[in-house]
Amino acid sequence: MSVNSSPKEIGSLSFGLMNPEEYREMSATKVITADTYDDDGFPIDMGLMDPRLGVIDPGLECKTCGKHSGSCNGHFGHIELAAPVIHVGFSKLIRRLLRGTCRECSRLCLTEDERDEFRDNLERTRQLGDDLNDVTKAAIRQARKKNRCPFCGEKQYDINHEKPTTYYEVQDVLSADYTDRIAAAMEGRPVGDEEEGDVDREAQSPTQVADKTGIDASRISEILSGEFRPRPDDRKALEKALNVDLTEEDMNKLMPSDIRDWFENIPDEDIRVLGISAEKSRPEWMILTVLPVPPVTARPSITLDNGQRSEDDLTHKLVDIIRINQRFMENREAGAPQLIIEDLWELLQYHVTTFMDNEISGTPPARHRSGRPLKTLSQRLKGKEGRFRGSLSGKRVNFSARTVISPDPTLSLNEVGVPDRVATEMTQTMNVTERNITEARRYVQNGPEGHPGANYVKRPDGRRLKVTEKNCEELSEKVEPGWEVNRHLIDGDIVIFNRQPSLHRMSIMAHEVVVMPYKTFRLNTVVCPPYNADFDGDEMNMHALQNEEARAEARVLMRVQEQILSPRMGLNIIGAIQDHISGTYLLTHENPHFNETQALDLLRATRVDELPEPDGENDEGVPYWTGRSIFSELLPPGLDLEFSSSTGDTVLIEDGTLVEGTVDEDAVGAFGGEVVDTICKQYSTTRARMFINEVATLAMRAIMHFGFSVGIDDESVPNEAEEQIGEAIDNAYERVAELIETYEAGDLESLPGRTVDETLEMKIMQTLGKARDSAGDIADEFLEDDNPAVVMARSGARGSMLNLTQMAGCVGQQAVRGERINRGYEDRTLSHYPRDDLSADAHGFVESSYRSGLTPREFFFHAMGGREGLVDTAVRTSKSGYLQRRLINALSELETQYDGTVRDTSDTIVQFEFGEDGTSPVKVSSDEENDIDVDGIADAVLEAEFGDDGEEFLTDTQTNLSEQMDNFIAGDD
Amino acid sequence: MAANDIQVVVEGSDLPRRLKDKLYETLDAKGIDDVETATDVKEAVEERYLDTRVDPLDPVGTVSAQSIGEPGTQMTMNTFHYAGVAEIDVTQGLPRLIELVDARKTPDTPMMTVHVDPEFVQERLDAENDDGYTERDVAHEIVWQIEATRILALGDVSTNVADMLVRIDLNEETLDERWPTVGTTAEVTAEIAETIESKLDVSTVEPDDATIEFGPEEPSYRGLLQLVEELREIVFKGIDDVSRVVIRKEQTEDPDTDDEEFVLYTEGSAFGKVLDIDGVDASRTTCNNIHEIYRQLGVEAARETIINETMNTLEEQGLGDVNIRHLMLVADMMTNPGTIESIGRHGISGNKDSVLARAAFEVTVNHLLDAAIHGEVDDLDGVTENVIVGKPIKLGTGDVTLRMGSRPDTESESAD
Repeated sequence: MSVNSSPKEIGSLSFGLMNPEEYREMSATKVITADTYDDDGFPIDMGLMDPRLGVIDPGLECKTCGKHSGSCNGHFGHIELAAPVIHVGFSKLIRRLLRGTCRECSRLCLTEDERDEFRDNLERTRQLGDDLNDVTKAAIRQARKKNRCPFCGEKQYDINHEKPTTYYEVQDVLSADYTDRIAAAMEGRPVGDEEEGDVDREAQSPTQVADKTGIDASRISEILSGEFRPRPDDRKALEKALNVDLTEEDMNKLMPSDIRDWFENIPDEDIRVLGISAEKSRPEWMILTVLPVPPVTARPSITLDNGQRSEDDLTHKLVDIIRINQRFMENREAGAPQLIIEDLWELLQYHVTTFMDNEISGTPPARHRSGRPLKTLSQRLKGKEGRFRGSLSGKRVNFSARTVISPDPTLSLNEVGVPDRVATEMTQTMNVTERNITEARRYVQNGPEGHPGANYVKRPDGRRLKVTEKNCEELSEKVEPGWEVNRHLIDGDIVIFNRQPSLHRMSIMAHEVVVMPYKTFRLNTVVCPPYNADFDGDEMNMHALQNEEARAEARVLMRVQEQILSPRMGLNIIGAIQDHISGTYLLTHENPHFNETQALDLLRATRVDELPEPDGENDEGVPYWTGRSIFSELLPPGLDLEFSSSTGDTVLIEDGTLVEGTVDEDAVGAFGGEVVDTICKQYSTTRARMFINEVATLAMRAIMHFGFSVGIDDESVPNEAEEQIGEAIDNAYERVAELIETYEAGDLESLPGRTVDETLEMKIMQTLGKARDSAGDIADEFLEDDNPAVVMARSGARGSMLNLTQMAGCVGQQAVRGERINRGYEDRTLSHYPRDDLSADAHGFVESSYRSGLTPREFFFHAMGGREGLVDTAVRTSKSGYLQRRLINALSELETQYDGTVRDTSDTIVQFEFGEDGTSPVKVSSDEENDIDVDGIADAVLEAEFGDDGEEFLTDTQTNLSEQMDNFIAGDD
Repeated sequence: MAANDIQVVVEGSDLPRRLKDKLYETLDAKGIDDVETATDVKEAVEERYLDTRVDPLDPVGTVSAQSIGEPGTQMTMNTFHYAGVAEIDVTQGLPRLIELVDARKTPDTPMMTVHVDPEFVQERLDAENDDGYTERDVAHEIVWQIEATRILALGDVSTNVADMLVRIDLNEETLDERWPTVGTTAEVTAEIAETIESKLDVSTVEPDDATIEFGPEEPSYRGLLQLVEELREIVFKGIDDVSRVVIRKEQTEDPDTDDEEFVLYTEGSAFGKVLDIDGVDASRTTCNNIHEIYRQLGVEAARETIINETMNTLEEQGLGDVNIRHLMLVADMMTNPGTIESIGRHGISGNKDSVLARAAFEVTVNHLLDAAIHGEVDDLDGVTENVIVGKPIKLGTGDVTLRMGSRPDTESESAD
């Protein structure tokens, strides 16, 4: 095997066990010394840190490959084990093989026919891709049934396995009290613990017995006196003659060396039946004779501050193994008693076992001096932070940054504000050509600290030079075409931006860089919904892309504007939120009038710089514009829409003009705002991006124009209303009291399928629910329409009428596990109430409103309900996280093909047409209304036929060449 | 003739069935009968349809998984909630979604929705020919064939220690209600007594029409109590697994009429047994246990059930906007081998071809050891494997071999 050359690309990976011979051959050195470094701090030869195993200290040279630390990957060494030991991972398989093969000839205890049948069966299962273990287990079960080997006829014994690594052969041997048993049987007495009357036997004289068995009478008396141990044949004859069992079970320990010899003789064709690859994994290789020593690079030692070396857990374990191994050999050479040898063997087995896996049940884990269990090979691979999930599936990357995020409404939704100190750290590679050489020189000239500067340059000969403050001037003159310059991030560069948890693809989007002062990432508030971000301290990650292919992909596929539509529901996930919606609501709900200055001020952050014809003149003859016509300026011409808004009125848009209706969440909001959705689907994502940006800025201007604030007084209702609310609640209390009365009188009729108790609970809950609703209605009635909280609830900006009800009217029933609060003391919730009190307030009905404040008891119940919510959230995140991981793992390999089928990467067809009709979930939602509008298309075609300018309809298709579209649209205006 | 030509035009398009039907409808409604206009309309619709098709090489699997997993974070953990029928508790929210994806052998709260065959109802009504006998009575007859009737529902059980007897006082009204087809109370009592005799191996006496008495063979206090215990477990009528049935009158699925019909909701499920009962409309009766559906109706029905159940679970949580195509993909993946496979270690993820993919998911070490024994070869086709070895993944842009403006390999080499 070539050690020095590693392949450029891995084609496939082959798994198998390693032949100890092959292993010895490729080992860099044999390790015999348990020590690591000598007194001078140099690695000891043939020790665990032997320089042939690789180097970790800078400056030293690897004795095997000659490379230095960093470039040398390390080389395996080996320990020659004094005696074979079992590999723990295969202990179950070893047991199975012992049970299924002959103890004498090592062949699988199956007849030729049976073996062929299992082999065919195995082949079929392998082709079907089913679990091979089912077949192999059945084969072993079948083989185990045989009492005798079908080939050599040897009697087979049962194998006992004592976890983790000890095996016993259960044999029948002559019982210790055989003389008593024979004597008893000959006298006709019951033998041992046989139950009385169980066996009928007559007393027999020694001569009779001798006749029957064919053993000398004198020999029988010798046997009886215990002077002669009967041989197995004699024993059997005696047993037969006397009808007595003279045996007892005995456990004969199988040493690993015995097992190894046993396995060596299993023929290849027999182990193939058991699903074991004979070429790659001979079963005897499961018993280790030589132990691989991982390279030093896999177990680096750390130098502590005080200059002391702290070794890796694996090194510690290897030290143990070598020590015991050494002792074992010494003892054996000295001819130590068998008992001591066996003890050492077991100890060696223990150390090798824990070297592989330190979490075996039944074995005490090997511990560090501090008492912490060691992290050995298995533990390194396992689990979330293990090699597979932690280091191989998820890798750490360069060119990434993380910091707190904050909002910036002046940015486009495509952009991200990058702090200058991040921009100067993260670089983009620039290939210097004749055309960009002046720019390249300027970057280098600015040095690593000036903003659009450079950190490194690479000469055509591959040498990388660091740009410093000192050499930047000098270096900039040397830059020639063919060099590479690692320049800082500048405005317009594309980067990937991400917020965890990355639950869907909109959690990772590409943004264009805008370099800014201060230390936070800045983003437009409209991209909060896809990232599920807010600004209460959230942090986000940024990745700078390092090649042209990645940058192109990011720009075309991952840019924020390409992700406006969510594939989950086929509607936009980016749109106006919160204040934007309040703003457009204020602007369009009552259709207020604005004079020219005001109108221009509202539109000043948009592309619109000329106002349309005024909508009219006021009494003084000053022209005015309405809110709706100002909003219409943002709509693309030709847009026709009609839908009902969440405020309740019908929104009508004709040819890009808002004719009537309120623009609120249902029109421009994230999660399915009609207008945004339609623009995105019918025009282009670029147009949608412009629209969202402009709606956001217009709305901010509008909300600033009107002024918008919420205070505690906004939730107060007049005394009259409070009285009404009190009355409504009193009424409910009365009704509850009545219900309780009927219940106690036993007159309450139960609902079908419910007990009377349950019925009562349900009815009380219902009554109290109604009470809160009516309190809400009353509060609603008395709250003005221009109340900011009402505006927010109506427009869908934030909060609901329920929130308002709770603030102004009554908080209502608190629930734990969907029921009224029933826990606490015996038969009551709190000691403030009599036992078995069924009334509303004793079970967590909160009569007060948040504004008026809760009584202590109410507060307590409220906290109980609140706690349940918190616990729920905590449990939910972990459960749904795992669900997501499983789903992604199961479906990650599915992909649509050019023929429309959905296949996995091994080309198994899962669907012939994605979603039965091949429609993309991004472009069409499953909703009936959003299906392809055949009717509308037919109308359009008819119109085109009879009208003159119907052509346009069909030419309006989406494009991914958004860059060109950008210019096109920008040039247009 | 024109209609025929139009049919040729429409059928010749690439549209899915649903849109073709819609197109016919529209053409009909608009009175378009000349082939040219029809072709224009067809082409316009087709263009729009092709526009909305999924792109080739789209990693739909991951997108679907995310589209189901992400709303999972917004679901409640609250197990019990009243769904549809207020009287029956059904597992809802995230636990139910997990249960479905796990393909559990039995759900937490098994349930069936049993529809009554209208023809059967009519037959029964005709046969009885009695004004007092209504549809509701027919439904009730079916209910008693489904709901397990145990002794406590039929009458009072008392023990007479002096005579060592168990005495059952049957409630005549209940008997009439539950055995509507059997004539007299005495007959029903006899039937019940017979069941007890065969199940408990005792001999019974019936002192009067509605009373049964029996005792243990040898007088023993323990034996007596044991008998009572066993008596409680006996199912006299109906299906063991169904503990309760609720009848509801519901609007029929036909939206054009105001007709109402009776629908039975059961707590506990025994789909196969229910389908065998006379009067049950097997074509509309469903069950929330996908394995039972699979056993009775096959994989396709199981797939449909997975889609419906997940969709219902999502809708119940106000997440009905999740595109159904994602659920279809999950259901198709779960039923791909022709049996139901769960999503996770014991199902799809555990049966992947690649060793590395399996090891990276769960039970890492065991998968590696097994792979060594079987001498497996990982061809690195999948996604996870290629992430691990650091190769481009064969999905999306990684699956494209076509490059703009590049020459075949041999030429570009010589050009260099």
